[in-house]
Amino acid sequence: MFRNQYDTDVTTWSPAGRLFQVEYAMEAVKQGSAAIGLRSKTHVVLGCVNKANSELSSYQKKIFKVDDHIGVAIAGLTADGRVLSRYMRSECINYSFTYESPLPVGRLVVQLADKAQVCTQRSWKRPYGVGLLVAGLDETGAHLYYNCPSGNYFEYQAFAIGSRSQAAKTYLERRFENFVDSSREDLIKDALMAIRETLQGETLTSSICTVAVVGAGESFHILDQETVQKLIDSFEIAGGEEAPAAAPDSAAEGGAAAEQSGATDQGAADQGPAPMDI
Amino acid sequence: MESNQAKHGLVGPNDPIQRTQYPYVTGTSVVALKYKDGILMAADMGGSYGSTLRYKGVERMKPIGKHSLLGASGEISDFQEILRYLDELILYDNMWDDGNSLGPKELHSYLTRVMYNRRNKFDPLWNSLVLGGVKNGQKYLGMVSMIGVNFEDDHVATGFGNHLARPILRDEWHENLSYEDGVKLLEKCMRVLLYRDRSAVNKLQIAKITEEGVTISQPYSLKTFWGFSAFENPTVGAEGSW
Repeated sequence: MFRNQYDTDVTTWSPAGRLFQVEYAMEAVKQGSAAIGLRSKTHVVLGCVNKANSELSSYQKKIFKVDDHIGVAIAGLTADGRVLSRYMRSECINYSFTYESPLPVGRLVVQLADKAQVCTQRSWKRPYGVGLLVAGLDETGAHLYYNCPSGNYFEYQAFAIGSRSQAAKTYLERRFENFVDSSREDLIKDALMAIRETLQGETLTSSICTVAVVGAGESFHILDQETVQKLIDSFEIAGGEEAPAAAPDSAAEGGAAAEQSGATDQGAADQGPAPMDI
Repeated sequence: MESNQAKHGLVGPNDPIQRTQYPYVTGTSVVALKYKDGILMAADMGGSYGSTLRYKGVERMKPIGKHSLLGASGEISDFQEILRYLDELILYDNMWDDGNSLGPKELHSYLTRVMYNRRNKFDPLWNSLVLGGVKNGQKYLGMVSMIGVNFEDDHVATGFGNHLARPILRDEWHENLSYEDGVKLLEKCMRVLLYRDRSAVNKLQIAKITEEGVTISQPYSLKTFWGFSAFENPTVGAEGSW
């Protein structure tokens, strides 16, 4: 009758040393539409796919400005994402009130992770069902972090979360080594390309994606739809069937990346490493 | 944060709440200026108990973190409390160990908040603070008063220094002061203060902060000359004076 004895409570361990409720929360991130992020030395670009719930409704916003120097893209439960964005906004504004300077990104990310961790250790709480890509700039440079419901956080050069994010990850893995010295425009182009990878044949238009930038001399802002459409047109990357602009070393590394991704998929399928190890 | 003394009466819970309504041991002026490579600051080492010159070895300038220097006039014990706040702040800042650190600008802002907050509790910290520092090649010099008034300037002075040192600084300060000229200018200010401020003592320190860090000099004295005729017979020509 019971499929799993150990998943009715966040704080209950399975004999294998896993917390199923936390893993389920990690799954919620994968259900949400994709969000991607990538960074150079000076800029961070966030991108996401806008998916409307029905033909009659508009889509839900997935990229939020937290402060002039920080923004987030979310995948998973949008409601949880908004709560966490509000928390981050208030932490930033309190810090600027006290110190008249921007809150370092890494510190905000740790505070956010600590907040998520508490929910994995209290019987009367549930973990947040949202993954956040946190993009920001501080005195140590440009940063991109991924915060997950388990309370873990990681810093990335480039990353993708949400449904079909593996395709975007494969694209980013193939190219991330060039990102450090990328120009702002090239980063945005790569962001759009990565977003397109998650669409699986659907045509990329400005109406189904959002792109945001933060960088040196440029406070966090979401690019307006016209700008994005112009960029898509100028990059000529709209066509879904068109062969993706292959990276110079794609032949060699593409295979490896594909193998890797295959291995990860398999691992998930036969319940290998717990998802929170990601 | 708030002391027990402030929460309860001094003797019993029904006694009226007492705050620090008067300063007890106080230090007098602090003078500081920007120079070519950073900030120079001077303060004497006297600690006055009312008008009695009770202590003569009080260090009133302290380094705060890597990039800042704090000088204080006013209540010495309140200054020590502020130093405790800042020590904790810097400790927790270092514990992040992430390459970010609080600079003079941030500390100045923090001190402003603390001072203004305490005056809003009608329990002010009885100090005028001078905060100087250098971070990422950027010189910073600012002041906070006991009620939270704050500003930045190229040269600042607290207390009597505001009246006696600032006019000299306004005349003689310039952007490219060398270290030697900066020290000379500060000594000129301190000498005038020594002559005219009865709570100043002839034992002072000069502190320097640059990109390399803080150095605070050993205590030393200024050469004085008390034989000016105005000193020997100060009331001559001052109609109505006793």
